[in-house]
Amino acid sequence: MSSSAFIKQLSGDFNNLEKRQSIWEKLNLDLPLLFAVVVLTGFGLMVLYSATDGNQADMRRQGIFIALAFIVMFLVAQVDVRVMRRWAPLMYLGSLSLLVAVLFFGTTANGAQRWLDLPGLPRFQPSEIMKLVLPLTLAAYFSTRPIPPRFKHIFWSLVLMGLPAVLISMQPDLGTALLIAVSGVFVLLLAGISWKLVGSAIGVGVLSIPAMWIFYLKEYQQQRILTFLNPEKDPLGTGWNIIQSKTAIGSGGFYGKGWLNGVQSRLDFLPEGQTDFIVAILAEEFGLAGVLLLLTLYLAIIGRGLYIAAVSNDMFTRLLAGSITLTFFVYVFVNIGMVSGILPVVGVPLPLVSLGGTSIVTLMLGFGILMSIHSHGKTAFRYAN
Amino acid sequence: MSARQIEKKQSNWRLYFVFIVMFSLLSVIAWKVMDLQVLNNEILQVQGDARTVRNDQIAAHRGNILDRNGQPLAISTPVQSLVLNPKEIIQHPEQWDQLAQALLTIDVNPDVLRNRIQENSSREFMFIKRRIPPAEAERVLRHGFNGIWAEEEYKRFYPLGEVAVHVVGMANSDEVGQEGIELAYDDWLEGTPGSKQVLKDRNGAIISEVRINQVAEPGNDLFLSIDSEIQFLAYKALKEEVTRRYAQAGTAVVLNVETGEILAMVSQPSFNPNNRSNLSLQLDGLKNRAIAESLEPGSTVKTFTVTAALESGLFNSESIIDTNPGYIRIDRSTIRDPVNYGESTLQRILSKSSQVGASKLALAMGQDPMLDILKRVGFGQSLGTGFPGESPGLLVDHSRWSDSEIATLAYGYGFQVSPLQLAQAYMIYANSGIYKPVSLLKVDETDEVPGVRVISAEIAASVTQMLEAVVTPGGGGTGTRAYIPTHRVAGKTGTAWYYDVQRGAYDDENYISLFAGFAPVSNPKIVTVVTIHEPQGEEYGGGQVAAPVFANITAGALRILNVPPDIIPKEAEELSLKNSVLRPSLAGISGGDQ
Repeated sequence: MSSSAFIKQLSGDFNNLEKRQSIWEKLNLDLPLLFAVVVLTGFGLMVLYSATDGNQADMRRQGIFIALAFIVMFLVAQVDVRVMRRWAPLMYLGSLSLLVAVLFFGTTANGAQRWLDLPGLPRFQPSEIMKLVLPLTLAAYFSTRPIPPRFKHIFWSLVLMGLPAVLISMQPDLGTALLIAVSGVFVLLLAGISWKLVGSAIGVGVLSIPAMWIFYLKEYQQQRILTFLNPEKDPLGTGWNIIQSKTAIGSGGFYGKGWLNGVQSRLDFLPEGQTDFIVAILAEEFGLAGVLLLLTLYLAIIGRGLYIAAVSNDMFTRLLAGSITLTFFVYVFVNIGMVSGILPVVGVPLPLVSLGGTSIVTLMLGFGILMSIHSHGKTAFRYAN
Repeated sequence: MSARQIEKKQSNWRLYFVFIVMFSLLSVIAWKVMDLQVLNNEILQVQGDARTVRNDQIAAHRGNILDRNGQPLAISTPVQSLVLNPKEIIQHPEQWDQLAQALLTIDVNPDVLRNRIQENSSREFMFIKRRIPPAEAERVLRHGFNGIWAEEEYKRFYPLGEVAVHVVGMANSDEVGQEGIELAYDDWLEGTPGSKQVLKDRNGAIISEVRINQVAEPGNDLFLSIDSEIQFLAYKALKEEVTRRYAQAGTAVVLNVETGEILAMVSQPSFNPNNRSNLSLQLDGLKNRAIAESLEPGSTVKTFTVTAALESGLFNSESIIDTNPGYIRIDRSTIRDPVNYGESTLQRILSKSSQVGASKLALAMGQDPMLDILKRVGFGQSLGTGFPGESPGLLVDHSRWSDSEIATLAYGYGFQVSPLQLAQAYMIYANSGIYKPVSLLKVDETDEVPGVRVISAEIAASVTQMLEAVVTPGGGGTGTRAYIPTHRVAGKTGTAWYYDVQRGAYDDENYISLFAGFAPVSNPKIVTVVTIHEPQGEEYGGGQVAAPVFANITAGALRILNVPPDIIPKEAEELSLKNSVLRPSLAGISGGDQ
């Protein structure tokens, strides 16, 4: 069985899609992806309703953002992404200057300067934009370079990744900086960088951990990692969240306590229950069954994204689709991993579920790009034949 | 295959690999969650509940203590205790000013409280003020401060205050009996606390009640034999006399002759159980002397000496005992009468309270009839009230008795009784020679209290007749101040030296003044015993100090009990009817506040 066929099977591919154009194809929408995203956001709203205790304002805000995000997705899907390749350098420079601007003019919240208030625009985080622009830029960069990439190209791509990562870590927002760097690394990986190089990079990374610990990490970041390693050490302070969240998950059992019945997470025991720790609420109320459903939905989206990457037929879209999908996966993995206690606490929201508009819009924009790649890529292929 | 296709195939292989990696990583998460939820979840589920679902106690209502007429002697009223969560208070500095204002309305010093909060800043539970009336608690609660709530509790209140404290006793702030009836009947009065499951948030505030595990079972009410009105009367009369005489202490006991019920039992000094702030200074006041203190009964014992003399057959009511020359030498000590009473009948020995006469009777009989009668009337034996600290008195049978020891028995030394025992012994004469147990609990009116005949009816009647002569005015007896114009009284005075335990000798400066008797003689209803310890001043004898108090209490109690007078004049009978209409009421008596 060929690898693409395997992925097709996993992602529930419709073999006849290429044969006749359905209404979804005319609208440039990818039905499997759309279906998974709609179910996921619906499920997310349910959980959020419980997590916010039915807070009207929160729910309305989230609803508006989701509607907006779907519109953005739809609009982006209409554009042939390959056009963007030409605009990539400009978009990169623009996003980079916004990141510089945020260091000087940004709004401070919770001790970090992450937000930018520009006249005529809602307040936003430039780092969110960079999450999409960097993979786009690197995909554009490698699409015109030989594959597998030469060493100098790898070097320059690392520079392209490093600039935004450093700027974001200065805000400081180490989590996002790492995620952005990782999304760049995924492009490198998909571009065919040799495994030896990947292995040695990982080795260097591991060896540099002590140095990073001493010279680079701030005390609260060290604290988070120490807490992760042993949450019971300080159960009322920094370990509180993780213990509460594990307890909430554990108390759910197989079928959960039922929607709106999650005692542990809703009675104020679990800080950040609507945002980063929303999985705990889901797990408590819907049990293992709910968590498995959630993971299945995420896996469907990821599988579909990789399938789109696999069947696309030029290097730019292929790298872009793969990178977007992998980044999405990293969000999912880091968030649930953190909440269930296998990763340290990093402030990463659960994609498409946590309260918070910007990240949903960014994610859906990414899905719009995926759909565009799939839809327009096929048309181009058909016309080429 | 073109180069492009090879490239794509290679690249697809990477995608395939990446997907496998992602799938495995998500599986790790799924496994971890499964581990938490299904495999290893029991601990966490229990923990989850432990953090939120708590078992709270439901306070149970402690049984009331009531007097024989249902008047409350000890009641539990619902109160609230204000509680705060220091952690949360600290997080809400903006409410402090308003909170300080509110605290002043319930007499809590905000500055002191602030210090306590700081000392307990890591805690989540601290009392602000315990057991305050709900209305007072509401003054703080209505502001809805963060981190402040109230817990329901009960507080014991004693409506009669110091009047009945020695009988009722008291319970501590957790409503556990500590003294008196509260202690003796703690199991009966004590309720069984219930428990309820409540949902609490992180700050310990109750979100909702999940369910009642067990309903709180209220304790049982307890009816005492005490009559609040007589108790108050006795308390008032005794306290007046003790105060007037600058006496150290005093007791008064009133018994119901038919049932043996204790209608009143008071001690001085006393204290107010509703205010225990200076309890440690009042330890003296804690003692129920009427039941817990043993004293030498002095001349009140001559009643039993005369009884023994009549029983012995050596003497009858006409027998003449020569008390000349007013003193008698026994062994190496001299026993004196105040004046020479000359040749006396038994009745004269009693009414003059002749030491010489009593000694001669005892010496004629020997120790055995004396010890026998003292045992028969209950001395040296437990009263069986179950009251904490009840004294059985002290009556020792020596193997050899010297003459002086036998003589001292006859006029009331060398053994000890409690005032309640003395009252019980006199009740035998009121019951025509039948011994009945005393009771602190109300006796069912329909129940005939079984008694044991210990003295023949004839002898009891004849001794009663002599005892009446002690009191009769103009008869030259020592107890004339115990006379009541409406009812015939029989009784005996007593004046005992105080045996100073520390010196091991009698203190000839200080006396216990006693009077024991009953009324009305025609159909005895009540027995009253009064003891006044160490009265100061010229007067110290039982006839001078204790007898007026006896008269006061007995007359009042007979009036309260509506006992018809048995002194002949018709106008007196009408007067008694009038008085019965004017029964004093206890309505105005308050037990005092904190």
